[in-house]
Amino acid sequence: MMTMIRSKIARLAGLYRVALAGAACLLATPVLAASGWAQLNMTEGVTAISRRIYGLHMEIFEICVAIAVVVFGVMIWSIVKFRKSKGAVADTTLVHSTRVEVIWTAIPVVILVLMAVPAARTLVAIENTTGTKMSIKITGFQWGWQYEYLDGGVTFISRLDRKSDRARELMSGIDPTSVDHYLLNVDHPLVVPAGVKVRLLITGADVIHSWWMPAFGVKKDAIPGFINEAWFDVDPDKTGIYRGQCAELCGRDHGFMPIVVDVRSKEDFDAWLKQQAAEQKQATAPAAAPAAPATASTAAPGSPAAQ
Amino acid sequence: MSETSHAAHADHDDHDHKPQGWRRWVFATNHKDIGTMYLIFACTMFFIGGAMAMVIRAELFKPGMQLVDPQLFNSMTTMHALIMIFGAVMPGWTGFANWMIPMQVGAPDMALPRLNNFSFWILPFAFTLLIGTLFVPGGSPAGGWTMYPPLVLQTGSSFPMLIFAVHMMGASSILGAINVVVTIMNMRAPGMTLLRMPLFTWTWLITAYLLIAVMPVLAGAVTMLLTDHFFGTTFFTAAGGGDPVMFQHIFWFFGHPEVYILILPAFGIVSEIIPTFSRKPLFGYEAMVYATASIAFLSFIVWAHHMFTVGMPLAAQLFFMLSTMLIAVPTGVKVFNWTATMYKGSLTFEPPMLFALAFLFLFSIGGFSGLMLGIVPADYQYQDTYFVVAHFHYVLVPGAIFGMMAGVYYWLPKWVGNMYDMKLAKWHFWLSTIFVNVLFFPQHFLGLAGMPRRIPDYAVQFTDWNMVSSIGGFGFGLSQLLFPYLIIKCVRSGKRVENPRVWEGAHGLEWELPAPAPYHSWTTPPSPAVIARGAQH
Repeated sequence: MMTMIRSKIARLAGLYRVALAGAACLLATPVLAASGWAQLNMTEGVTAISRRIYGLHMEIFEICVAIAVVVFGVMIWSIVKFRKSKGAVADTTLVHSTRVEVIWTAIPVVILVLMAVPAARTLVAIENTTGTKMSIKITGFQWGWQYEYLDGGVTFISRLDRKSDRARELMSGIDPTSVDHYLLNVDHPLVVPAGVKVRLLITGADVIHSWWMPAFGVKKDAIPGFINEAWFDVDPDKTGIYRGQCAELCGRDHGFMPIVVDVRSKEDFDAWLKQQAAEQKQATAPAAAPAAPATASTAAPGSPAAQ
Repeated sequence: MSETSHAAHADHDDHDHKPQGWRRWVFATNHKDIGTMYLIFACTMFFIGGAMAMVIRAELFKPGMQLVDPQLFNSMTTMHALIMIFGAVMPGWTGFANWMIPMQVGAPDMALPRLNNFSFWILPFAFTLLIGTLFVPGGSPAGGWTMYPPLVLQTGSSFPMLIFAVHMMGASSILGAINVVVTIMNMRAPGMTLLRMPLFTWTWLITAYLLIAVMPVLAGAVTMLLTDHFFGTTFFTAAGGGDPVMFQHIFWFFGHPEVYILILPAFGIVSEIIPTFSRKPLFGYEAMVYATASIAFLSFIVWAHHMFTVGMPLAAQLFFMLSTMLIAVPTGVKVFNWTATMYKGSLTFEPPMLFALAFLFLFSIGGFSGLMLGIVPADYQYQDTYFVVAHFHYVLVPGAIFGMMAGVYYWLPKWVGNMYDMKLAKWHFWLSTIFVNVLFFPQHFLGLAGMPRRIPDYAVQFTDWNMVSSIGGFGFGLSQLLFPYLIIKCVRSGKRVENPRVWEGAHGLEWELPAPAPYHSWTTPPSPAVIARGAQH
């Protein structure tokens, strides 16, 4: 019995390696990188936290694949081996075994502990919001985002860009593939510095939204009347444009409120912020009233501008 | 009691005084008639909810908005969920409970026949009201089946209809559950001890307690929504001192046990079918009972894993992560026991066994993704994406729905006394199993690649897998038409079943009754010998 099980385990271990290699190939096929077929897995992202989350995700995935190979292996083997058509006779005395039942209760507990420890550590790291260098208040509303640089005196609203907005009308006749970053482009992206721990204060103006930036490993609900805290710290060399979407059903146009973050170097960001602050100061100066709708006052009544 | 005496017994039942025509159904107090109505109702809702899913998959076939307005799309996702959960799966299980529990515990009927009638007849009214929302100004509810405020409070004229429909569904479920508990606790034949009961009856007993515990919680939650909307309370409005997240806590305190309400009876059915077609008693019967009870207990302390992104304290997140992971232990025990039942068995692969095996593999996949979702940091990336959609459809479609189909193919010959078209049933199985994977497996990829759920249109990089998923959806939807066709054909012109035991390896009191089962199941209790023969563990 034991030797049989041992040889079975050896065979299954081989099977497992093959399956894992297959899964790894599938997940990393570079040939198809340009097409949607290759998008099979979570991306690693551009922050230390997002990489830890990715590592955790892969670790649990691999453990699950390993368990699946063993358990499904035994199931398939039983299905193949103990067929009545092959003359199998049922061993009706095999109805209970305290020993194996204790074993297959204890082993999962051990595996779960192995998963829980790194998960808890990562969670503690995510919840550590100390040491942030700047704060941005994010307000979700139906259907867009308002960003307020609390230390920079800059506030603006970010909505789906015009091109996507036209193409997404019912039977618009515009081919979505002809639109740059269809549904993932905004008029005014959130601009942030790389290499700086940025604190996000997230709230909602009307209903619950959720600010999700997959590349940063950040998803936090924007709840009216409450302020949630999150943070990210993009690697200094990972400047560029990152895209995400609202992740909590928030009404008719929930699918049409993307999030775009423009990560710039610290110097570029400082220059941008200074320039924006100056422009907004000028725009809100008394004589310039008609020009104002370009920013905050475009928001509908009851929108975050009122807060 | 011998089989011949049962045959005589059945003859006696033939001149049973049942009302004829519509009266038989409207005034039904017989557990089989009511069970049949429940099952037909569930099947009807399955197709209505399925049609809505077809609209969803058609719109998502390619990027751009081609068919429906985003508001209607949101209505479709909302109504699809409400109809499938409250209209198809829950009444479906109550139908099975009605048919099988009296037969399995040696009782003539359910304990509370008039209550039984009432709990069924609430449902057509509840769902007429719910589906009627499609035709009122402002359209159907579109805030998701989870009804989160403040969004749900923006619902138009259909809002009070939604709330009242949910109240009625809840009342129906509670009454049905009370009937199950009372029947099992009071109507078991002498000698049918609790630990001799078949697993299906056991899982339903636990399900019934879950229902009684959580349906009132849902009723409370939606009542607070109602007063927030119409009577100026602010339970869920921060401006008045309320908290929208409190609704989520209350809702999921109902919602998580609810998912086990949907799946536990399937566990029971699979625990009946695998031993039958392995010709071997269930491995670890008592462990199965205790595992079911542990799952039910744990289901009350994991609710917040549905809402990790709402911003909970670290300690709360850790608690809910650990308690969620713990569910894998009793669930694992169940899967291992089913596997051990097949080990050293003598297996044949009739349609019920095929569906039970598909359940075993595909439910496990849903279990794995569930474990992944329980890991909080990873959940931050999975939450509200198609990964979640893939996960819960894996546990509900090849889980709960396949469990039901397995049950129908298992017991239908006993119910009607005719065998169904075995070959066509195997076609139904293979088409369903292949298409359900084509439909839901790619949704894991979509979710991980970053596609949020509940969106009517998507960025172009998600096109390929959405197309595959939609093709799977249409294929799955069409294959299900075989199911009612098979059943109708079996009832009308199926071949007579010669052996009342139907399946070679079948054990349990229901198989000791003639086929078709008599109108009143056990008018005299089965003898201890018959009970012992049935309880093969």
